[in-house]
Amino acid sequence: MSEQATEAPRAGTLSRRRAITLAGVGAAGVAGAAAGAGALLSGGDHAAATDKAAGAVPFHGEHQAGITTPAQDRLHFVAFDVITKDRAKLVALLQEWTAAAARMTAGKDAGLIGAVGGVPEAPPDDTGEALGLPPSQLTLTVGFGPTLFRDAEGKDRFGIADKRPAALADLPHFAGDALKPEISGGDICVQACANDPQVAVHAIRNLARIGMGVVSVRWSQLGFGRTSSTSRDQATPRNLFGFKDGTANLKAEDAGLLREQLWAQPGDGADWMAGGSYLVTRKIRMLIETWDRSSLAEQEQIVGRTKGSGAPLGKAGEFDEPDFAAKGDDGQPVIAETAHVRLAHPGQNNGAHLLRRGYNFVDGSDGLGRLDAGLFFMAYQRDPRRQFVPIQTRLARQDAMNEYLRHVSSGIFGCPPGVRDAADWWGRALFS
Amino acid sequence: MRTTRFLVPAAAGMLAVAGLAGCGGGDDKPDAKSGGPITVKATDSACEVGTTEVEAGQVTFKVTNSGSKVNEFYVYAAGDRVMGEVENIAPGLSRELRVELPAGTYETACKPGMSGRGIRGALKVSGTAASVAPDAALTEATVSYQRYVQSQTAALLTKTEEFVAAVKANDVAKAKALYPVTRTYWERIEPVAESFGDLDPKIDGREEVVEEGMEFTGFHRIEKDLWTTGDVSKDGAIADQLLTDVKAIVAKANAEKLTPLQLANGAKALLDEVASGKITGEEERYSHTDLWDFNANLEGTKAAIAALRPALEQRSADLVKQLDTEFANVEATLGKHRAGDGWKLHTQLSKAELKELSDSINALAEPISKVAAVVAR
Repeated sequence: MSEQATEAPRAGTLSRRRAITLAGVGAAGVAGAAAGAGALLSGGDHAAATDKAAGAVPFHGEHQAGITTPAQDRLHFVAFDVITKDRAKLVALLQEWTAAAARMTAGKDAGLIGAVGGVPEAPPDDTGEALGLPPSQLTLTVGFGPTLFRDAEGKDRFGIADKRPAALADLPHFAGDALKPEISGGDICVQACANDPQVAVHAIRNLARIGMGVVSVRWSQLGFGRTSSTSRDQATPRNLFGFKDGTANLKAEDAGLLREQLWAQPGDGADWMAGGSYLVTRKIRMLIETWDRSSLAEQEQIVGRTKGSGAPLGKAGEFDEPDFAAKGDDGQPVIAETAHVRLAHPGQNNGAHLLRRGYNFVDGSDGLGRLDAGLFFMAYQRDPRRQFVPIQTRLARQDAMNEYLRHVSSGIFGCPPGVRDAADWWGRALFS
Repeated sequence: MRTTRFLVPAAAGMLAVAGLAGCGGGDDKPDAKSGGPITVKATDSACEVGTTEVEAGQVTFKVTNSGSKVNEFYVYAAGDRVMGEVENIAPGLSRELRVELPAGTYETACKPGMSGRGIRGALKVSGTAASVAPDAALTEATVSYQRYVQSQTAALLTKTEEFVAAVKANDVAKAKALYPVTRTYWERIEPVAESFGDLDPKIDGREEVVEEGMEFTGFHRIEKDLWTTGDVSKDGAIADQLLTDVKAIVAKANAEKLTPLQLANGAKALLDEVASGKITGEEERYSHTDLWDFNANLEGTKAAIAALRPALEQRSADLVKQLDTEFANVEATLGKHRAGDGWKLHTQLSKAELKELSDSINALAEPISKVAAVVAR
């Protein structure tokens, strides 16, 4: 990055934002410009939806974007190990990352010079595969894992061990866990969600590149389709079992519940986390082929909902409340004791909610002719000790679905509150 | 090895180099200014240099190896920029180094076993230090690197002769021992060698890159025979051809004048070699001596950057500082895997250790990738 470079688009260094502006109407801000570009391509309601999907999500705010933001269609998630011992280097990286994230979420290049704006002898400071693409609602959400605070030997790595929140506790072993350490955990995570997979991958690739020598990619995961809706405007999507997933999810419109269940509050134990949220990730391999051979009745019994409409068994509509007390003619519960919806429902878990934001994945095939596929589960919450952990403990013991599932990766991260302005940066309160 | 050729041969013609790094020995003419060569007594554990202060100008060292290991002698400027060196001093032999030294502070080093930082000593050169203009610094870089190429190719030739002789004598143990040492000299200057397209695949081609109708020859063919069947009795013709090809490439490399930009790109290319071929164990798939190549590639990168150092310091001191830090980091990380005078086998490293090496190379390669633009401006 050169010192004299500025944010202003330069001749021959058309930023993505500028490209869009030129294609559409005047320079009316990123979202407006993107809308203009879209309007030229098509018309009517479809165009309106397309425009919104192509637009930008504000990077700055009270909370990080990418949590209650209506779930985008694609995911690239990465977990990093910090490889430096130098706190100053780590802080400098977090600042550089924040600046790059602000640019990329606005549809600009990762660096100030850009993919094609520099001298021919230098490698570009943006990798270029997102040139010409709109912001696509890209959000970049950062989180800090337990190992950032203390290493396996208990050493305080960066002088922040006393700031580790109690809620950021290592997850216990759940029955049936088949976790692979090399794709679990991590010191820092970044969740990139966008409506264009190329935009999400571009963001993670450039962050990883900026981090060379300070962090190293531990593992990463692509998700090709959202499995949850985080807003009432969105239709509930389906997971790879073919069922609607996330019907009873926490949604952006549930202001009271979000305060109570999603956002860490002042007084929760770690002030730097107030306004943030805890993320649990689980890569859940689905044994697709055996599931596909099970009868429709069995599938619906396991889930506790109908496959077509997603209505709870015994009810007519997707959003009807399930009746867990109802009995059938045979005297058995309509929704089985081991049905997934019963075990996971807030009403059965002391009111504990999760904001789920998972994605379907297919990592090719596994060499035995089976899809290496499943759900990359992500859930945000105020305190995993009172939310994810008790829920998953019940599921791991009793869920009839377990026969078709393998949990192969696990992570927990404290995602700090939002970046307030251009002077703020990821983790400032933690490192100040 | 690589198949891309990034080094387009620049002006042909022999480059006249002042103070040619001596590899002949036997010239006992007293040094004009200091009154005779400075004696260097090298053993396996000591490096006694006759004096630590000399006058600026041409300085001659006479290095005698009375140890049991093959030795090397270097004169370094700041940042380990090689001012002159003699390679491959066999036990019991003496060799001379003549080097042109401007006033300044330097370090001498013997490297018994040809490994590590060597046994260092200070050398002060007094006189008038001429400040080097930016463009002169770049010119000096190419001359400095040319000295390096000449010393490496000389050693490559000698070691290849020994290796070929061992193969033809069917001395499998000796050939195996010489294999990674010989390849060290190749790997240090690999980007230069690779610029001569047709010779590179004959010398360094791996089995899968051999094209239809072309024979699988060179180092890796002999490597395969040495480490799989242990039978090189039919490899005489291949060994002879290897020596012929190495002689040809040495002659071409010494006739080559590289531009500063080519030096910068060559430094990056060497790290790309490490990242793509050595970390993965692809290069030395039978002998598993990839870490020897890794170290040699790293040394070659360092030599190219050291040659550019005076110019880089004038243009981007911060970048030089970053490079120093990251070079030290890779060396420390790689240093964990030393085994005697050589290196552990690739197969002896865990996945976590390989990842740590990969991370350290990435950390160095990012600033290295910025050198070319600094040189070009």
